[in-house]
Amino acid sequence: MNRIVVVGYGPTAHRLVETLTSKGFGGTVTVIGEEPRPAYDRVHLTSYLSGTSAEDLTYEVPSGIVTRLNTRVTGIDREARQVTLADGGIEPYDVLVLATGSAPFVPPVPGAEHAYVYRTIEDLDAIRTAAKDAVEGIVVGGGLLGLEAADALRALGLKAHIVEMSPWLMPRQVDEGGGSVLKSHIEGLGLSVHAGAGVQEIVTDGAGQVTGLLKPDGTLVDAQVVVFSAGIRPRDELARSAGLEVGPRGGIVVDSGMLTSDPFIYAIGECALAGGMVYGLVGPCNTMAEVAADRIMGGASAFEGADMSTKLKLLGVEVAQFGAMDGALDVTYMDPVAGVYKKLFISDDAQTLLGGICVGDASPYTQLRPFVGKSLPASPSDLLFSGAGAQLDLPDEAQVCSCNNVCAGDIRTAIADKGVTDVPGLKACTRAGTTCGSCVPMLKQLLEKSGVEVSKALCEHFTYSRAELFDIVRVRGITTFSELITQHGQGRGCDICKPAVASILASLHNGHVLEGERATLQDTNDAFLANIQKNGTYSVVPRIPGGEITPEKLIVIGEVARDFGLYTKITGGQRIDLFGARVDQLPEIWRRLVDAGFESGHAYGKALRTVKSCVGSTWCRYGVQDSVGMAIALELRYRGLRSPHKLKSAVSGCARECAEARSKDFGIIATEQGWNLYVGGNGGFKPRHADLLANDLTTDELIRTIDRFLMFYIRTADRLQRTSTWLESLDGGLDYLREVIMEDSLGICADLDAQMERHTATYADEWAATLDDPEKLSRFVSFVNAPGVPDPSIVFSSERGQIKPVMAQ
Amino acid sequence: MNWTTICAFEALLPERGVCALVEGTQVAIFRTYDDDLYALGNLDPFSGAYVLSRGIVGTRKGEPTVASPLHKQVFSLVTGRCLDDEAVSVPVYSVRVGDGGRVEVSLEQRVEAGV
Repeated sequence: MNRIVVVGYGPTAHRLVETLTSKGFGGTVTVIGEEPRPAYDRVHLTSYLSGTSAEDLTYEVPSGIVTRLNTRVTGIDREARQVTLADGGIEPYDVLVLATGSAPFVPPVPGAEHAYVYRTIEDLDAIRTAAKDAVEGIVVGGGLLGLEAADALRALGLKAHIVEMSPWLMPRQVDEGGGSVLKSHIEGLGLSVHAGAGVQEIVTDGAGQVTGLLKPDGTLVDAQVVVFSAGIRPRDELARSAGLEVGPRGGIVVDSGMLTSDPFIYAIGECALAGGMVYGLVGPCNTMAEVAADRIMGGASAFEGADMSTKLKLLGVEVAQFGAMDGALDVTYMDPVAGVYKKLFISDDAQTLLGGICVGDASPYTQLRPFVGKSLPASPSDLLFSGAGAQLDLPDEAQVCSCNNVCAGDIRTAIADKGVTDVPGLKACTRAGTTCGSCVPMLKQLLEKSGVEVSKALCEHFTYSRAELFDIVRVRGITTFSELITQHGQGRGCDICKPAVASILASLHNGHVLEGERATLQDTNDAFLANIQKNGTYSVVPRIPGGEITPEKLIVIGEVARDFGLYTKITGGQRIDLFGARVDQLPEIWRRLVDAGFESGHAYGKALRTVKSCVGSTWCRYGVQDSVGMAIALELRYRGLRSPHKLKSAVSGCARECAEARSKDFGIIATEQGWNLYVGGNGGFKPRHADLLANDLTTDELIRTIDRFLMFYIRTADRLQRTSTWLESLDGGLDYLREVIMEDSLGICADLDAQMERHTATYADEWAATLDDPEKLSRFVSFVNAPGVPDPSIVFSSERGQIKPVMAQ
Repeated sequence: MNWTTICAFEALLPERGVCALVEGTQVAIFRTYDDDLYALGNLDPFSGAYVLSRGIVGTRKGEPTVASPLHKQVFSLVTGRCLDDEAVSVPVYSVRVGDGGRVEVSLEQRVEAGV
C-alpha cells in the first residue's frame, strides 16, 4: 500500500496528513483540494476580516506531501481504484480518504441566490465587498457560526441583525434561560435579535440588489447584505455517485475505524456519518483523522463518538456547554445584572455530574467538564457560588483539551517525565491548547498543582517575581535598590536581581542609569554605556532614528571609526556599529559623536533599540504612508525606555513589508486607511510572527495603543522575557491584551498613559549627561592607578582591511 | 609583604570593582557594601578576557561574589573559587587600607589559585 489519495484539503485532511507524516508513513500522499490554498484555520476565520492574512491562517503543508490545489474531483472509479479530476486527469490510489467537508445549508426561499454564506476565505472576501456599500446586514441562523458571522458584519461597520428559527439563540448549546442572558448581552452591543422567526423571502430591488428580509409574519427587516449560517450539509455527492453507503439525511456512513462501505475508502470529518452523527466541531474531526491515519498504518484505534462540549467567546460573551443538556436534577445560578447564567445537570441521586451550561462566565466549563459522568467533586451550590471548582483535582483520564484529545494524565506525564515547566512547553509536547486555547488556564492549574514548584522568585535575594517587584516599587514609591532589598529581600543582590531592579527603577523614574547607587546595579554594558565584546573591548552604536542619516553625519561616523581604529559594521537595525573601543576611549569617541549631533543608541540596554523602516511613500512607488517619518517619530518617542528585555520595532510603508515589521516586538504596516499594529514578534532564538492587535489606526490611535502596550508589558513581564513569550504566557492572550489596553478593562489605561508621558517628558541623552559629569567620567579608565596606560591585553590583528581581536591563549 | 599603593579608599564605589596594574599584573579590587575590600586576578578564566573588575558585585548565600560580565559565572571574592564550576578559580590577592586611607595591594596570594 503505497499511494494514499485524500480528497478535500480542509483542517481534517491536514490533521490526517500531519499524523501520517509524524507516524513515518513511507508511501506517497496526494491531497486534492478545490480551494486555491492548503487547509487553513477555520476556528479563527473571522480574524481574516480584521487583518489576519490568508497566509497566516493557512497551515504549512507537511514536507513530502503532494498537493493538487484548485482541483475538483469529479468521480471515483472503485474498480480501477482511481479518482477522476475535472481537468481530465486521473489519480490512482491504494487507499482513498474522503475529507470533503460540508457545505452551508441555504434554505430554498425566494431570493436566496442573492445571499452569502460564511465558510471560506473567498466567502469572506465576497461579504467584505458587499458590505462596502451596505448599512445593515442580516445573519440567518443564531448558532455558533451565525453569531460569529454577525460579529463579522458588525466589525465591517454594519448594523447587524440575527434571525433565528428557535425561540432563543444557540439552541444547541444553551437552554432558554441561558439564551435570554445571551440575548441581552448581544442586544447590549447594538445587534438586533429576531428569535423564533423564519425566512419567507430575501427581498431584492429590480437590479437584484438585496433590500431586506421578509419574515413569515409579514414584517420586513431592512438590510443590504444577507448571510446564511443555518447549519451544514455533508458534502457526500462524490461518495453517493460512487455507490458508497450514505445516511438517509446525508453523510458517508463509516464504521468506528472510519472505513466506508468500500474497504479501500475512508471518510473523515464533516462529510462522515459516524455512529449516526455528523460532527461539525474541530475536536471530533481531528480525532477521526487520527483514527483513520492509525488504521491505514495497521493500527486498531477507534472513533467512539466525541465530546461535543464547546466553550467560546462570541461578541465578548463567554458561552460554554459540556456533557448532557438535561438531567433529573438541575441547579441554576442566574445574575441578570452581571449577565451570568450557570446551570449544572445532575443524576437523580444527586451524585453524578451530567453536564452544564454557562453564559457570561465559563469558569465551570474549565473546572467541571472533566468530571462529567463522575461523582460530583463538591456540592453543586459550592461549585456554582463559591468558586470551589478552582481547587479541584482532576482525575488522570479527564480530558483537558478536547480539540486534540489530551487528558490530565498526559499533561502530568509531560511535567513529570519530560520536565516541562511552562505552558508553551506543554503546548509543544502534548499539543494541548494549540487549537482553540480554551484549556490554557487548566494547563496552568495542572502545572501549579503538579508539585513541580515553578518558583516565581527572581533569585535567592527576592521571593517576588519581576512583575511583583515592579508593583512594590511603584506602589511604595521606592527609589533605590538598597531600600528595596532591605525592606523586601535578603542578602545584597546579584547579577540577576540588580540589573532587573535597575531596569524597574529606570522604567518608573527615568533618572540617569549611572547616578548614585544605580551605577552599581548595572551590567557592564549599561555601566559603560556600550556593548562588551569577547576581548573586553566595547562597541559603540549611535542612534540613527528610522535608519535615516545625512551624508555629513555618515562622514562623522567614518572619521571617528578611522581616527580610533574601530571595526565598522552595518547592523540589522539600520545603524552602524563601531567595534574595538577600550573603556578609556569611550568618552573621547562619544565627545566627537555628541558634538556632531548624535546620541546614545541604547544598543547596550534592555531598552528600545531601533525602529527600522522601508523608504515609504516619499520615494517608493508602492508606498501608501510615510513609513520613515513614522519610524523616526516612534524611535524618538520611545528612545531610552528601559524594559524587561530589548525592544525592536519596524514600520513598513505598504503590505509588501520590506521593513520586516512582523518580526518585531511591535511592528507597524501602513494601509490605505492608516496603520496596522502587530505585536509580539521575534526573530532571534525562537522566531515568531507578530499578531495583529489593531488595524487601520490613525496616527494618534497608533501611538496611544503602542504607549499602553509597552507600559503594560513593562509592568507585567518577567525579567528578560521578550514580548513574544510574554504575550504567549498572558492569560487570555491577544483578546485579553486588547481588553486591557484598548477597552481599559482593568481601568489602568490613564495610569499607563501618564507613565509614558513622564518618560517622554524626562528623556535625556545619557551619553551627553555622562560627558558633562566628571565623576561619572572618572570610571572610564583602564587602570585606577595608571589611567593613561592602555590595557596591554587588548591586541588586534587585521582582516579584510579592518581590526580583529586576538585572544591571549 | 611588598605592598603597592593603588588609590584613595574613598575613590572606590561601594559594590563595584576597579582594575589596578600592579607590577604588570591586572588586579580587580572590590569594595563591598560593608566597606570590606577584596582583590582577585582580573582575568576571567572562562573567556580569556581581563574583565572581572567590571562584573556585578553581590552575595550568594551570604558570601560576597562577583559575576563575570561576559558569561555571568560567579566567583567568590573570599576564595576566588568559581561557585558555578568547582574546578575553576582565580587568584586572590592581599588588599588593605594603609596609611592616609590609601588602598594597598600585595601580589603575594592569600589563597593558592587552582586550575
